[in-house]
Amino acid sequence: MSDFRISADAIDQAAELAALEDAASGAAVCFCGRVRNHNEGRVVVRLEYECYEELAVSEGARVLAEARERFGASRVLCVHRTGDLAIGDAAVWVGAAAAHRNEAFAAARYVIDEVKKRVPIWKREHYPEGPAEWINAAPSEA
Amino acid sequence: MRVRIDYFAVLRERAGTAHETLDTGAATPRELYRELRERRPLPPETGLKVAVNDEFRHWDWALADGDRVAFMPPVAGG
Repeated sequence: MSDFRISADAIDQAAELAALEDAASGAAVCFCGRVRNHNEGRVVVRLEYECYEELAVSEGARVLAEARERFGASRVLCVHRTGDLAIGDAAVWVGAAAAHRNEAFAAARYVIDEVKKRVPIWKREHYPEGPAEWINAAPSEA
Repeated sequence: MRVRIDYFAVLRERAGTAHETLDTGAATPRELYRELRERRPLPPETGLKVAVNDEFRHWDWALADGDRVAFMPPVAGG
C-alpha cells in the first residue's frame, strides 16, 4: 500500500500511528487537520472533499519522498479524506518518524504544507444559510 | 483526434459534467480549453492546472489521440 492514501472512510489515527513504528526512530510526530466550524468569518456546518485520485496519489507520494530525502525521516505517511465530513472530523493525517525530533517535526511540517499546495484535492464548505462554496474556486468570468 | 476530458470541483459544476469525449483539432491543452469555453460556461484559464494522462503538464504540452486531459481549479486540500 502506498504511503500516501486517499480514504473515503474515517481515518484510523491509532492505526496510522502504529504504522510509523520503527526501532531506529526516536521521534514520531503526527499532525491531524480537522474540520473547523468557521472560515473567513462564516459559520461552517460541514465540508465536502473531492479529489483527482490517480494524480493525488502520485503527487502525494512525491511529497513524501521529498520529505524523507530532505529531512532524513525514516518513515513518512499521509492520509487524506474525501466525501462528506462533519465538524471535528479528521480531514488529513500526517505522520513522520525520524531518529531525532527536529527531523520528524520538519518532515511532518513539509508534508502538510506541500500537500495543501500541490495535491489535487478540493473542499467545498456548507453554511447554515446560502449555497455551498468551493474554496479557492477559480474566479468567475466578469 | 479524440480526447477524453475530465473536470474537477468547481469546473465540473460549471461544465455540467465530470467527463466528456471530444473530437478536436486542438494541439495543446490551451487550445482545447479555449474550444471548450466556447461551448461551456468555464472560467478563464488563469490559475487553473492541467494534467494529461494523470501527470501535471503545462498548457502548451502536445496532445495526442486518446489522451485523458484533466482541467482543475487551484487545489484546496488539508
